[in-house]
Amino acid sequence: MSGATIGFDDVGVRYADADGDALRGVSFDVASGEVVAIVGPSGCGKTTLLRTVNRLVEPTSGAVLIDGVDVRTMDAVALRRRVGYAIQAVGLFAHMTVAENVGIVPSLLGWPRDRIDRRVDDLLERVHLDPKRFRDRRPRKLSGGEAQRVGVARALGGEPGVLLMDEPFGAVDAIVRAALQDEVTRVVRDLGTTTLFVTHDVHEALRIADRICVMNGGRVEQLDAPAAILANPATDFVRRLFEGARA
Amino acid sequence: MDSPARAKLLAQPPMMHDLAAHAMQHLILAGTALGAALLLGAPMGAICARSGLLRGPLLAAAGIGRTIPSLAVLALMLPLLGVGVPPAIVALALLAIPPILVNVDLGIRAVPAAALDAATGLGMTARQRFARVVAPLALPVALSGVRTAATETIASATLATFIGAGGLGDDIVRGLQTGNDPLLFAAAATVAMLALAVEAGLGTLVSAMEARR
Ligand SMILES: Nc1ncnc2c1ncn2[C@@H]1O[C@H](COP(=O)(O)OP(=O)(O)O)[C@@H](O)[C@H]1O
Ligand SMILES: [Mg+2]
Repeated sequence: MSGATIGFDDVGVRYADADGDALRGVSFDVASGEVVAIVGPSGCGKTTLLRTVNRLVEPTSGAVLIDGVDVRTMDAVALRRRVGYAIQAVGLFAHMTVAENVGIVPSLLGWPRDRIDRRVDDLLERVHLDPKRFRDRRPRKLSGGEAQRVGVARALGGEPGVLLMDEPFGAVDAIVRAALQDEVTRVVRDLGTTTLFVTHDVHEALRIADRICVMNGGRVEQLDAPAAILANPATDFVRRLFEGARA
Repeated sequence: MDSPARAKLLAQPPMMHDLAAHAMQHLILAGTALGAALLLGAPMGAICARSGLLRGPLLAAAGIGRTIPSLAVLALMLPLLGVGVPPAIVALALLAIPPILVNVDLGIRAVPAAALDAATGLGMTARQRFARVVAPLALPVALSGVRTAATETIASATLATFIGAGGLGDDIVRGLQTGNDPLLFAAAATVAMLALAVEAGLGTLVSAMEARR
């Protein structure tokens, strides 16, 4: 499946127990196959924005569209099976093998056994985990980097048109992190999966994104290609955030 | 026990072959009570883990339940349900519910938040999430509660003889009353062996499950 388009149309979110808005007036479109990084300080709404796409958070105003269709009109469970989701804490299922983890969405979708097996092996190879060695391993026996890879492979299990990743490389050291960034970017580009990923690391954003969405206080400060953001920061906030990152 | 029956019992020689039959009775008593406790205690534990409102009262009740002596619970059955096997099973089940309830709650609440978030985010329904993620992850902790309950139930079932429900307690009491030390010893040892065997069996199961992770 090739990448779906994503549209944010004046999206606002206010959590029930909060006084301020977590998101305000967020509008932008993501093209099919595009890789967009969401950066900004802690608490600026990155995770909230990501979670409106698979309806883990419902906007209080505006709409989120996938391939032009308002996600609110879709069944939430069906939607989530076609939108990949990987998080920093990974959340692998400890009682399942690596293969069972990666095959979870295909099994929810009711794929036949042999198709699931082929998909699992293909994804493990793509994230550089030898299926022969890793298929039957338990999550507890994985290093931090290996677990993150399995988490990304699992998110891609059901051939999603959209991949959401929330600080997927957050919990590993710098060297593993650089390798993971390159591999995962190559995988989603090969598959053509439209990707939204959250990071607090501007170098990571500059390194792998087609465009960067800079957020602050629940709003989008600037959305542009890495070079454009470096050359023409729209606000002082953006300039300061990327200060020192200019090559 | 009425006096003709007692006289008949006392007149009998120390018959060890009764022991097997009484051991069977004992296991059926304990097993039935444990089964009933599971059917009631496990859902109550699951409710505890989900509901902040019911959790406090349910856990408090379980805590009190654990401090009441087994004999007192059995004695309480007398005015309510009379003598025999059914009241004994009710009493033993009441005693077995608290450890099951507490451990099911504990096991479910120990499931990592990230695993729950991933399960929902990947498109599991609430039911699938419980069956495929929550229940299997909570199982080892829940089972160790079942193990405690099983061991306690087998030990407490010895007291069922006092409300006329049979089991190995019959032999222990008879051994005491007739000064038949071999019978007393054999019956007590059988209770201990049954309890230890069940404890070891369930313990092995729990360790095997944890080793697979
Ligand atoms: N479930 C929630 N309930 C109430 N407030 C929340 C919830 N999740 C996040 N928030 C608040 O919304 C704002 C944005 O949070 P988040 O999207 O997690 O930011 P980020 O991912 O950029 O750190 C923060 O002020 C945070 O405290
Ligand atoms: Mg976040």
